[in-house]
Amino acid sequence: MIRRNFTKLLAGASLVASLMGTSAMAQDNMRIALVVKALGIGFFEAAAKGAEEAAADLGNVEIIYTGPTGTTAEEQIEVINALIAQRVDAIAVSANDTDALVPVLKKAMQRGITVISWDSGVAPEGRQMHLNPSSNPLIGNMIIKLAADQLPEGGKVALLSATTTSTNQNVWIAEMEKVMGNYPGIEVVGTVYGDDLADKSYREAQGLMQKFPDLDAIIAPTSVGIVAAAQAVVDAGKVGEVNVTGLGLPSEMAGAIDSGASKSFAIWNPIDLGYSATMIAHALATGEATAEPGAEIPMGRMGTLTLDENNEGAMADPFVYDSSNIDDFKSIF
Amino acid sequence: MLQRLITSREVLLLGAIAVLLALIASRFPAFVAPSNLVAVFNDTSPLILLAIGQMVVILTKCIDLSVAANLALTGMVVAMINVAFPGMPVGVVVAAAIALGTVMGMANGLLVWKLGIPPIVVTLGTMIIFRGIIFLISDGKWVNSHEMSPAFKAFPRAEFLGLPMLSWTAILAVIVLTIVMSRTTLGRAAYAVGGNPHAATYTGINVGRTQFWAFTISGALAGLTGYLWVSRYAVAYVDIASGFELDVVAACVIGGISIAGGIGSVGGAVLGALFLGVIKNALPVVNVSPFWQLAISGAAIIIAVAVNARASRTKGRIILKSAEHAV
Repeated sequence: MIRRNFTKLLAGASLVASLMGTSAMAQDNMRIALVVKALGIGFFEAAAKGAEEAAADLGNVEIIYTGPTGTTAEEQIEVINALIAQRVDAIAVSANDTDALVPVLKKAMQRGITVISWDSGVAPEGRQMHLNPSSNPLIGNMIIKLAADQLPEGGKVALLSATTTSTNQNVWIAEMEKVMGNYPGIEVVGTVYGDDLADKSYREAQGLMQKFPDLDAIIAPTSVGIVAAAQAVVDAGKVGEVNVTGLGLPSEMAGAIDSGASKSFAIWNPIDLGYSATMIAHALATGEATAEPGAEIPMGRMGTLTLDENNEGAMADPFVYDSSNIDDFKSIF
Repeated sequence: MLQRLITSREVLLLGAIAVLLALIASRFPAFVAPSNLVAVFNDTSPLILLAIGQMVVILTKCIDLSVAANLALTGMVVAMINVAFPGMPVGVVVAAAIALGTVMGMANGLLVWKLGIPPIVVTLGTMIIFRGIIFLISDGKWVNSHEMSPAFKAFPRAEFLGLPMLSWTAILAVIVLTIVMSRTTLGRAAYAVGGNPHAATYTGINVGRTQFWAFTISGALAGLTGYLWVSRYAVAYVDIASGFELDVVAACVIGGISIAGGIGSVGGAVLGALFLGVIKNALPVVNVSPFWQLAISGAAIIIAVAVNARASRTKGRIILKSAEHAV
């Protein structure tokens, strides 16, 4: 009760002052709310697991894992309103809508609550900072590294992308091309487009294997393409000759890892993401760090996060999944 | 006789495919290796299965735009059945797929027959409904390769006399449908209904009922293809085969099936599908920029149809033989 009055007093004060105020009051458990797009999604359940891990590392932190039952912004606003009423110390949200959540999150910040977004961002005025799971340069480097790691002698690789106009894939491929100099001996022999259709991707993968009989790897930075390419490699009897890698989800790629068509692939790790979001929310709420361009925010075992001019930061390299860890993750997401 | 054979649609299309293959071979010789041609036929089998079903529908002056959605829904259902009961024999799964597809085809047929709604509207509606149902039952989630049983995935790949079962299924369906179209009252009624619905009515053919059966056949084939598709690509999700209905209609049109109804053959639909299949499989191996591929596929369709239309242009019927000679 005392604490509520104290926070109320501070509500009008500046943001930094209010942050310090909350930190001064943090002798009892700090409550960090992890608001997800919808409950019951494996990816977010895993993020909650990471958040609990961070809470255990930090001590004195209570995680409130919550979210709407459906992925709508309206329900998420209600959830956040309830959290404001409960006077939590920090809200870390994966937003269902970039703009719709801004008013309610502004209200939360005015009440002295630390607000960050993670995974799916909120417009800058509605949060103090945003945590991206990774960044385009990191992803671009990772997809070629995945292929190169299996090819110590060098070799020929080809790209199987989504559509010719998919922004994400095009940016990642462009970033990949920038770092090709770091991977001598790896030659990219072609780029084909599967349009994120299973049948077209399968056919394009078959075409690549016909056109380049000595192909060593197919890199598919798209979840439909990587699955289809793996199936095409299995059906062509080229498991062991052609390694399929890129970005995919563990649940979708488990079969390809089992068959050996794919030795490894990458995607963000939701556990690390929940862990980092909690660590950052804690650091900001205690005043240990401030969210401003160029700031370095500690994330426990994940190192530090550096914010760019938009107060956004990239957590880490995409996480690599292979036969050693696929079974732990395939039921998660 | 020979004259008729040379100018027949099917022979012309066969020639076009041969020319196409020769062109591709000049750029990528391995494409015409027998093993690769078998692979191309196998890859085209789903399109053949859907195209021959679509042909029956188009013959009766209708169109079925819901085939790809039917395929996707059936595929998702059988994949989910397989996850729930991994031990279920493949024969039962195939029967379930055909049954489910048939029911969806019948729904289309009933709406066209009993309510008299234009087929394009009915099937556009059911197409969206079917995709919606996939969302409902799957929650938007995928059924993945490791969740499917090995037997479920093995059937289309199993080889018999050097051909995968997927190809055999298509061949079997083509044979059965050829017999149905040429030797049964239903088959002949389909031609009559499309050629001249009024005359068909006068001869005692129920136009609506014939259309109903046409949709049922198309649905059954789409259901069968649904299982084959999902097990071949080892994945089921909402968007599988999205936009594929247009390929199916294109295959029919290329195969010389008249959109106005009444004209067409199973052989034509098969060749139309093969023509498209060859293009689809060749584009990734001949060095054509991906940015050009769509335009090239489209142009090939238009050219094929244009050639076909010219060849099949019927000359005016000459009523007065004597007058003709007088001119």
